[in-house]
Amino acid sequence: MKKNINILVVGVGGQGNILFSKILGEVLLNAGNDVKISEVHGMAQRGGSVVTYVKAGEKVFSPLVDRAEADYILAFEKLESLRWLEFLKDNGILIYSDYEIPPLSVITGAYEYPDVEKILQTVGVKACRVEVKKLLSQLGNSRVQNTLMLGFFSRFLDIDEALFKKSIERNVKKEFIEINLKAFELGRRIEMCEVEK
Amino acid sequence: MKKLLLGNYAVARGCYEAGVKVATAYPGTPSTEITEAIAQYDEIYCEWAPNEKVALEVAIGAAIYGKRAICSMKHVGLNVAADPLFTASYTGVNAGLLIAVADDPGMHSSQNEQDTRNIAKAAKVPVLEPADSQECIDFVKIGFEISEKFDTPVILRLTTRVAHSQSIVEERPREDVLFKYKKDIQKYVMMPAMARPRHEFVEKRLKSLKEFSETIGINKVEQGTQKMAFIASGIAYQYVKEAYPDAWVLKLGMVWPLPERLIKDFCSQFEKVYVVEELDPFLEENIKAMGINNIVGKEIFKLTGEYSPSFIKRAVENKEIEVPYKVKQTLPPRLPVLCPGCPHRGIFYVLSRLKDVIITGDIGCYTLGALSPFNAMDSCVCMGASIGMAHGISNASDKKQMVIAVIGDSTFVHSGITGIIDAVYNGSDILVMILDNSTTGMTGHQDHPATGYTIKGEPTYKLDIVSLCRALGCVAVEEINPYKIKENVEKIKQLLDLPGVKVVIAKAPCRLHRRYKFTISKRYIDFEKCKNCRLCLSLGCPAISLKDKPTIDANLCLACGMCEDVCKFGAISSQKEQ
Ligand code: SF4
Ligand code: SF4
Repeated sequence: MKKNINILVVGVGGQGNILFSKILGEVLLNAGNDVKISEVHGMAQRGGSVVTYVKAGEKVFSPLVDRAEADYILAFEKLESLRWLEFLKDNGILIYSDYEIPPLSVITGAYEYPDVEKILQTVGVKACRVEVKKLLSQLGNSRVQNTLMLGFFSRFLDIDEALFKKSIERNVKKEFIEINLKAFELGRRIEMCEVEK
Repeated sequence: MKKLLLGNYAVARGCYEAGVKVATAYPGTPSTEITEAIAQYDEIYCEWAPNEKVALEVAIGAAIYGKRAICSMKHVGLNVAADPLFTASYTGVNAGLLIAVADDPGMHSSQNEQDTRNIAKAAKVPVLEPADSQECIDFVKIGFEISEKFDTPVILRLTTRVAHSQSIVEERPREDVLFKYKKDIQKYVMMPAMARPRHEFVEKRLKSLKEFSETIGINKVEQGTQKMAFIASGIAYQYVKEAYPDAWVLKLGMVWPLPERLIKDFCSQFEKVYVVEELDPFLEENIKAMGINNIVGKEIFKLTGEYSPSFIKRAVENKEIEVPYKVKQTLPPRLPVLCPGCPHRGIFYVLSRLKDVIITGDIGCYTLGALSPFNAMDSCVCMGASIGMAHGISNASDKKQMVIAVIGDSTFVHSGITGIIDAVYNGSDILVMILDNSTTGMTGHQDHPATGYTIKGEPTYKLDIVSLCRALGCVAVEEINPYKIKENVEKIKQLLDLPGVKVVIAKAPCRLHRRYKFTISKRYIDFEKCKNCRLCLSLGCPAISLKDKPTIDANLCLACGMCEDVCKFGAISSQKEQ
């Protein structure tokens, strides 16, 4: 890879986006890049909105991705894709899960969960929606959304599939390797959306 | 082999390679993983201490005895450890002593933004500041060498974006370092007669450290092709390099004391030099004090929060970034919440229903009780402050005001015990609620003296909080089950009316802790019986949401049963409706 690539992984605390970033970061490293990952811990993790940055290329200095700088945003929760949308660069691609986790402000009725699809259309952004809910029920496990998303995202990167699988094997607990590999493959086989390069 | 490593893990790796023998800490984001990672190495003795003061004292002891030691904490922890630090600066060390302190610009999980360099300067100890994970490993080793060469504790200052970023490192083997213990009361017993010459020593040491900072390789000029110049260290250096890859940069790896000649020399070559540093104008003020006037600092760079490459660009060029995609409407906020099944929820539900009570809070997961839907907390200042403040409020009101102090088990051991001693001794009328979830929840389930396990998970003596509080002189000490909401409302009201210091220990382990197994019987709402009163929503459990009527998401429910206790119509039970 010649050009530097900036990725934002967004979601809700506890959805496994740190693990996702670690697996992806290792893939990018083994594909010959300099890599930096920055993550959020502590208070922000307790069901709050969280973001992790993954950056790769010839040489990466800052671990941060700022507004209008992300090539890709990967959203593990639908509403969160809107919250971080300003970080997408012109012609960047948003890949989002259809998974909904209503925040407390919605649960208590102070706000309504927005119509994400409609808003994305108005904003006019290149977006791919992944039918995570359906696919996860096929797998019979709701905790592998991150590897499923990774499978789909892997098709956007020109990197050997084997590197992804190796990285999953190294970073996931032994007893969960099989289900995660399955999720990865399922994700990789999802039909490509229109914005495919 | 090259690998990606978290900054904190890299500090741990550096300690391993540097032959460190003793590591101590009290957990605190963003510093926690340093000690967790060190605990994986069998070669290093490692412990969670009840607080940072004790942790540092243990490390000082080890260093004096001749073993390299590290003590880790977050910035506010250094305030707690300030007392031993200032005198350890006088005694110096024998084998090296490194204090890793993680600052949190942007306050991702802290109660203030505080710049450790100020305390280091006041204590007259050197500070190193790594800018990525490889430097974390290297600077640990350099830190120990400086510590031993100059007979001083050394502070390794990290910030969140170094501590919690992963970048590439190369690992090397461990080297053993040996020093012998020598009794030396002139050096280690700091009574006035001996401390006076040690102060002279400290001032001389600072001078030689300053000289040393001129030549140390980690302070270096990186040549540019563009006539633009910066001085930066740590993560700010990375931001500068990304924003202006062609500029000249004086990168400071040692940020105290400063290399005056090097800085003067550098600044004299440019019309103006930007000093980029997060938080306080530490470098800026100290550079100005050298008589250098062509520097630009906080007049364009902010004093609060985190920086970024584009922030620096915007400040230097005075222009805005254009954002291509913008969502116009306001989105529902997503603040952190207590987890489903969290035992604290029951207590805050009860507290939110009490009238005319002031509730002083403390540092931990339960600080979230201050947020909606509970709004059941009036203050949160620092570790252990809840009890002292409650005592203060009670007395300021001539004991007319009812006050409840809420504190966690880990925080109680950290610095709540002395607060109780004070309140009892001075005849207070407060109720202290210790929310005992048998762990340090917020930072990710670390053990402490009242959990009965060491950092390695080995069983040890378990501090008995009930007998301790009795021994401290509390008039009533009761254990309650936080999940029994109805019972607890009555109990707490009764206790509030008693004179003296009362302690309620709400005991139930953190629902997410691997050590504890729970019998799972998830709750469901029977829509026939549900009157849609929505009282269950006021529990703020993320598993309960409103469709037409409240519904429980079985994926999220951790089966604590609290909602069953709240519903007045018996609509919630473990029976799934047909
Ligand atoms: S508390 Fe009971 S009756 Fe009221 S809304 Fe909840 S389930 Fe329905
Ligand atoms: S839904 Fe009820 S039983 Fe389940 S975690 Fe929430 S409060 Fe506890």
